[in-house]
Amino acid sequence: MHIIREVAAECRNPVMLYSIGKDSAVMLHLAMKAFAPAPPPFPLMHIDTTWKFREMIAFRDRMAREAGMRLLVHTNQEGLAAGMNPFDHGSNYTRVMKTEGLKQALDLHGFDAAFGGARRDEEKSRAKERVFSFRGASHAWDPKNQRPELWRLYNTRVNERESMRVFPLSNWTELDIWAYILRENVPIVPLYFAAERPVVERNGQYIMVDDDRMRLNPGEQPEKRMIRFRTLGCYPLTGAFESNATSLEAIVAEMIAARTSERGGRLIDKEASASMERKKREGYF
Amino acid sequence: MTVSMPIQAVTAAAEADTLRFLTCGSVDDGKSTLIGRLLYDSQLLMEDQVADLARDSEKHGTAGDQIDFALLVDGLEAEREQGITIDVAYRFFATPKRRFIVADTPGHVQYTRNMATGASTADLAVLLVDASKGLLTQTRRHAVIVSLLGIRNVVIAVNKMDLVGFEESTFREIVADFREFAGDLGFADVTAIPLSARAGDNVSSRSPKSPWYSGPTLIEHLETIGVENAATSGPFRLPVQWVCRPNQNFRGFAGSVAGGRVKLGDEIVVAASGRTSTVASLAIGNHPVEEAFAGQSVMLTLADEIDISRGDVLVAKGSRPEVSDQFAANLIWFDAEHLLPGRQYLMKNSTRTVPVQITELKYRLDVETLDHGAAKVLEMNEIGFANLSASEPIAFDPYASNRETGAFILIDRFTNATVGAGMLSFALRRASNIHWQALDVDRDARAGLKHQKPAVLWFTGLSGSGKSTVANIVERKLFGRGRHTIILDGDNVRHGLNRDLGFTDADRVENIRRVAETARLMTDAGLIVLVSFISPFRSEREMARGLLPEGEFVEIFVDTPIEVCRQRDPKGLYARADAGEIRNFTGIDSPYEAPEKPDLHLKPAEVDPELLADRVIAFLEERGKLSNA
Repeated sequence: MHIIREVAAECRNPVMLYSIGKDSAVMLHLAMKAFAPAPPPFPLMHIDTTWKFREMIAFRDRMAREAGMRLLVHTNQEGLAAGMNPFDHGSNYTRVMKTEGLKQALDLHGFDAAFGGARRDEEKSRAKERVFSFRGASHAWDPKNQRPELWRLYNTRVNERESMRVFPLSNWTELDIWAYILRENVPIVPLYFAAERPVVERNGQYIMVDDDRMRLNPGEQPEKRMIRFRTLGCYPLTGAFESNATSLEAIVAEMIAARTSERGGRLIDKEASASMERKKREGYF
Repeated sequence: MTVSMPIQAVTAAAEADTLRFLTCGSVDDGKSTLIGRLLYDSQLLMEDQVADLARDSEKHGTAGDQIDFALLVDGLEAEREQGITIDVAYRFFATPKRRFIVADTPGHVQYTRNMATGASTADLAVLLVDASKGLLTQTRRHAVIVSLLGIRNVVIAVNKMDLVGFEESTFREIVADFREFAGDLGFADVTAIPLSARAGDNVSSRSPKSPWYSGPTLIEHLETIGVENAATSGPFRLPVQWVCRPNQNFRGFAGSVAGGRVKLGDEIVVAASGRTSTVASLAIGNHPVEEAFAGQSVMLTLADEIDISRGDVLVAKGSRPEVSDQFAANLIWFDAEHLLPGRQYLMKNSTRTVPVQITELKYRLDVETLDHGAAKVLEMNEIGFANLSASEPIAFDPYASNRETGAFILIDRFTNATVGAGMLSFALRRASNIHWQALDVDRDARAGLKHQKPAVLWFTGLSGSGKSTVANIVERKLFGRGRHTIILDGDNVRHGLNRDLGFTDADRVENIRRVAETARLMTDAGLIVLVSFISPFRSEREMARGLLPEGEFVEIFVDTPIEVCRQRDPKGLYARADAGEIRNFTGIDSPYEAPEKPDLHLKPAEVDPELLADRVIAFLEERGKLSNA
């Protein structure tokens, strides 16, 4: 809350990036707490790749309405026109639709600060990320040119066209996220709960067939299974696993027993070691 | 597995107390290995991370065919390739007793700033010493920084004991060396532990190789050490972050409690203005609470309507902080461009950012000997003690009593880089203990009586550019409209208030400072002040702007080419300067820094002064400055 208020007070034109996942849900909840009884004094923005789960989109619209915040949705139209999709273009698809889409949207609205839900415990290169991550005019992250952060004194000053990415959940762990959701009864997308869903099995993970754009490999036949998700992204790239956890309590119980770390559910990270750092330099979160 | 058990475990674990500590030492002392070992031993690693680690160990590892734990924490590709840590990284692990946030900080001399960063939020420091090398300069430097940043609990982790055959005498010698050096550093607790991070001796389990050691393992010590916090038990402090006014009926002040506690009905004081009120409501998010403690983010309302904005500090009535614009502080310099006494920086303390100058560098600290040496500048990674002067008073506590309200960072005004950090020691006598008098008749009231809005019209330009000519016409026109005005003219003020000043750069700075302060006092009286001064330096004009409320300073650039000024030469000064009779003459042998974005840009060489004055009046009308207050 301290961090969110500092940004609202010192930055000219902040925005909260909202990815619809559980971390975003917690971040939004904190923002609402920080300014209650007023609504947060900045808009929400979602970078829509057009391949998100349908339930995510419905949930997004509902949350923005309930929070009383303006919702901006941006899609990289060039990427869309070029027919970028997660089947043919692999990580290139993520770069164009997510990273480029984000840069476009930030430039379009002239935001000087963007909140993101990333946590330091997620991935090695993120452990060294600042809470206030300084980006040059091209949105690039230079790991050697970051400002020291002492105490809770954040230097939010930027020149024209420069911006900050701000990570209020930096010091939270996955456990903290779930404990907070439990304690505060934070609404999350139903996809986190187990339900019967149509899936195909690939590389030991289940991919949900969310609409008829899903391309099936020869011999693949969607089948109904009791599954749920640990993280949410574009549906053809997000692996689910079998589960009977239909309540928050059961999810947490499962998490404690889990021996697979969180981002294992996202196919994209398997592509290269330290790939996250490379993506970050390009402007991905 | 039952469902209810883990829920309690989650809630308990998430709310268990957290110890923040940092590890520091020299290059290759094994810090990263130690943290990797802590993560591994606390079984926080997931299966896929262990698989990644085994694969990375083969590719980059320096531990032969063993698992190289350092690879777990050396995240960035560049440093992996160099084999050293170059930045500060935060890691998380937990035991059944406590949660831990570890700051892994580098041993490189040029990265001291990152160490200070890690130390600023830590409760404890683990100083690594390589048993085979003994105490190094770097370890001493780190101990000093750790002490300066207010850490009172230190662990001396004598690592790589396997390399010296777990010899007790080696361990004892290193510990004795450290205790001798650290005697003056004010540590409350120094615990020394012999260990081997790579092999795991005395990290989480007791090692059979050091039967002579009877103290705790590192984990045992971290789990049980009590870390007191001066701020929690100290008096109430709430730096206001945000004023929340969703409607006419609600005026809330949001901030994180930086010291002590506050409850409903408590009497509070606004530190700088001296206004008092009582706490009418207190909430965390949507939940009303009776009481709030240091570390909590709250929203409170007061019983009385008093003027409070971001940067104010609400404090306990009986225990007020220092309020001063002159103070002494320890400084750590981070930037490649060295610290210059006299230059203006921005200082962020709590939620307030003010322009500040280092007025006197008292000494530079030699971290090897702890001696104080004279210094004119501070270079990167150097530590010093200095007097500072801020453009307005700030409310603070000495860093030793409160690490939040006593800390600040310094920001370069042009690059916006964080160039240094400081720990406030005490207010200087001139300003201390003279608490600002809360006046019943304030500036708004005085201006209201005159039915006008105060402003400073700051005319800047070369000698002979026509500043005074235009300013005179503007004043005549304002007077004609019944406005209360005053002109401060460069030449006239130099005959009186500033007659002790010459024309060196330092004197010019002081000249403008006095005029700006005078102009401010006159706006407090409700006047429209016309300042006609060459005022050649950008930073001093910015300083003048910073003294006034937003929108009250109007910078008017009277832009006449120097050839025209020289030709007009109303006072014969150019002729004398050209003849070498006057030195430091602006535009000839002293620079003029033209405004980059003046509010008004006038060119008397091209347009009649009467019309220019009309433009000034029109500008004031547009800004609503001439409507009745």
